[in-house]
Amino acid sequence: MNILNIDEYSYLKKKLRREPNELEQFIISAEWSEHCSYKSSKKHLKLLPMKGNHVLVGPGYDAGVIDVGNGYVVTVHIESHNHPSAVEPYGGAATGVGGVIRDILSMGSRPIALYNALRFGPVDRNSKFGSKNRWLLKNVVKGIADYGNCIGVPTVGGEVEFDKSFDNYCLVDVASIGYTKLENLVMNTAKKGDALILGGNATGVDGIHGASFASKNLDEENRSAVQIPDPFLEKMLMEATLEAIENDCIKAMKDLGGGGLSCCLSETADSLKKGFLVDLSTIPLKQKNMTDEQIMISESQERMLYIVNEKKKIEFFKIFDKYNVNYSEIGYVTDDLNLSVVREGNTLACMPANIIAHAPLLDRKFKQPSYLKSILKSFKEPEPQMDIKKLVFKMLSNFSICSRKWIYEQFDHEVGVRTVSKPGASDSSVIKLDEGKFLSFKLDGNSKHCYLNPYEGIIGCLAESLRNLTCVGASPLGIVDHLQFGNPENEEIFWTFLQTINGIRDYCKYMNIPVVGGKVSLYNETSSGPIKPCPVIGMLGLIDSKNKIKYPKYTSNQSIFVIGTTKDEMGGSEYFEYCLNVLGGKVPHVDLEEQRNVIESIKNLIDGDLITGVHDCSKGGMIVSMLEMALHSNIGFKVSVDKMPNKCSRLDYLLFSESHNRFIFTTNHDSKIIRYLKKRKIPYARIGASSNDRTCLIDYKGKAVFNSSLETISQSYHNSFTNLFTKSN
Amino acid sequence: MVRIGITVFPGSNCDRDVHHILNNVFHVDARYIWYESSIDNFDCIIIPGGFTYGDRLRAGAIAAHSTIMNKIMELADDNVPILGICNGFQILVESGLLPGALIVNESLNFICKWMNVVVTNTDTPFTNLYDKNQKFSIPIAHGEGRFMIDDKSYNKIKKNNQVTLEYWKHNPNGSTNNIAAICNDKGNVMGMMPHPERGSDKDLIPAGHNQSSILIFKSMINYFK
Repeated sequence: MNILNIDEYSYLKKKLRREPNELEQFIISAEWSEHCSYKSSKKHLKLLPMKGNHVLVGPGYDAGVIDVGNGYVVTVHIESHNHPSAVEPYGGAATGVGGVIRDILSMGSRPIALYNALRFGPVDRNSKFGSKNRWLLKNVVKGIADYGNCIGVPTVGGEVEFDKSFDNYCLVDVASIGYTKLENLVMNTAKKGDALILGGNATGVDGIHGASFASKNLDEENRSAVQIPDPFLEKMLMEATLEAIENDCIKAMKDLGGGGLSCCLSETADSLKKGFLVDLSTIPLKQKNMTDEQIMISESQERMLYIVNEKKKIEFFKIFDKYNVNYSEIGYVTDDLNLSVVREGNTLACMPANIIAHAPLLDRKFKQPSYLKSILKSFKEPEPQMDIKKLVFKMLSNFSICSRKWIYEQFDHEVGVRTVSKPGASDSSVIKLDEGKFLSFKLDGNSKHCYLNPYEGIIGCLAESLRNLTCVGASPLGIVDHLQFGNPENEEIFWTFLQTINGIRDYCKYMNIPVVGGKVSLYNETSSGPIKPCPVIGMLGLIDSKNKIKYPKYTSNQSIFVIGTTKDEMGGSEYFEYCLNVLGGKVPHVDLEEQRNVIESIKNLIDGDLITGVHDCSKGGMIVSMLEMALHSNIGFKVSVDKMPNKCSRLDYLLFSESHNRFIFTTNHDSKIIRYLKKRKIPYARIGASSNDRTCLIDYKGKAVFNSSLETISQSYHNSFTNLFTKSN
Repeated sequence: MVRIGITVFPGSNCDRDVHHILNNVFHVDARYIWYESSIDNFDCIIIPGGFTYGDRLRAGAIAAHSTIMNKIMELADDNVPILGICNGFQILVESGLLPGALIVNESLNFICKWMNVVVTNTDTPFTNLYDKNQKFSIPIAHGEGRFMIDDKSYNKIKKNNQVTLEYWKHNPNGSTNNIAAICNDKGNVMGMMPHPERGSDKDLIPAGHNQSSILIFKSMINYFK
């Protein structure tokens, strides 16, 4: 087997001006894998706006760093563990959590919150791969729970989506937020002679070739490439590291993730503009007789690399002894800019770190996918549906819409005593910082929209995140993006990737929101084909007063307002795809100027204390938002939906359209609200009122089209997951 | 002023939360006790929640056999109030300071949610500010929180008034007779599965719930007045 492909081999040979030996090729193959090198995406990622007033550290580091004032910073990072989770969901998901926690730790900050965005194939009992998809879901949730709960970092938010393109596969994205004083940030520095210390787990044969495994389509069940989770060890490693930082013992550090020692050492040496000399005989091993290659590319978890100055070494060791965490001095910093790997005096590999850390970047070809044309050609407008009540109940029990209580109750979301808004309770998570401030973070993705129109789709995800943040009174600080696609060597897939980048660039530039970090995951394919394009956006915002945090709830006997225009934008909607099994149609478009205006208006209404409860409108349409408000508050309502500002041709579209820039809210300041919205030229309507009982009534042109008690609605909405996993399979 | 010690074992993860609430909400002198250090001059001890030793073997089993527990048993004999929360309760049961056993939840899943409990014994250092039969809100978060005890022993602890909190209306884990917290026969050692530190900051109380779990800590402080 060739370790490197011909092109990369000759490029390396030219750069080194000699033949690379076998170990060197293994080191290079790990670091130049798509997973570690971003060789397909790097050129394009540079187009994203990354600068902002509050951004202290942007993309390219283990985590983005944002200034939140009063001498404190927040760190944020997103990771995925898709390939491993697809073959070993429990271990794959758990080690994904472990990895993102170490990224946050690498900046010197304590992780204070975890989030996840999950994608599975349909789990319904009658779906073709339902049983496998359920197995994946159940074990991914358990893996995330067991790791996060044990380590004591709360999982406070997340989202999940189901689509056939994820059959027999899954996407497991995990994000984490860290918090620390500005002065505790570890901004890596090193000088010649500083010690390189490897702390935490021993290195073993688990996770061999993990990075290259994740850089190919999933065509075999390569379980040995999946790492083994040990949250207890990571907890000890975390506490030891934070105590060592408090005592100023650490000059630089980096976590070991994809590509193992090869990537960690070469990237760290390169970014410090130093060389490293590492002796493989000093690396603590789990198994005897591991080869040099295995040691260099093993992705065993719960390991960190530290650079410690000679004078602080003893203190550092004492702290690690206190926590009973293993460590080994594996080498030292040099000035020669090389990564030298030796064993008892013999040089095994020696290459400039700069060459290893910078794979030759690729110019991938792209072309508009032919599926777009064929969908356009075959699309037929479905017949208008008359049985609204049946459709509404079907939608509420849809796994992409219904309550996720079964999932989030398995996560400890309270540890850390910062969780203000509990999972499921508000449009975006809210955690308490010190000094009277609150932080909100929301993950959003929509693979159905992104498949039919990757450009509009990603802008829609960003717009949805911002609307969610706005509902809890937060102003955006930045985003992290997680770009997940199939094989980039496929020109059509690469086109969808580029469209996504363009969308993020255009939105973020217009709204002036910086990209502070991200991750690219490619080759998400199984033998039955690629996943739909699945970018996931995480938006971070700051709330300066607790009064501004609003919940999606009615208050009895108040006016219900809807703002924003509902249009016949049904492409990729849950209504088309889940309820009617129709593919195609126009994907909702975001008018950026209108969004700015609508966001600004909701913000001002919240600041002026004029609205009591507010909810964004997205997946499932306005009908879902209306009913969720009722479910959260246990209060019924009566509305006339034909009053909603709309350009819809039919009732089912009006209820289920996923048009952007819309909110629903309650108020008892009707005239003030109307005056304000008129002035700002926002399309609005008072569509009805909340009641003081538990009945939900919807009229359309004077005729009742939906009439149900909250008890019945609640059964559809709350029981889907529980029924799935408690009744016998 | 009352001095409270908070034990820290490898894997404790609610130690910082309890420390924060006691120091920054109550402004009392609460300090960490690292499991390898000695315990001196504390008026009461809290064993906080977490996953000591990663829950290996059984939740709380390894911590219960560490040397610091010998000292805690002596303090228990000397009537020093000792409160175990969640994993702390598991440690107290495993060490024999409290009767019964805590096993995996009936649902087999970890459960994190807000509950209502009812106070059944107000004659302890941890519940003296509650009214008898007072109901209050408090969150739980555990995988092994199902308190089990045989009938004979149950009758004994019931008769001796050792059941201090019961889940109200809904039992989340299948515990015997809805038990959420118990104390020893003298009343100075209590173990509870729910987390009072998570219900003590008003900003963190969800709609429809109250902040009364704060009375657990207030009772402890009140006990020394």
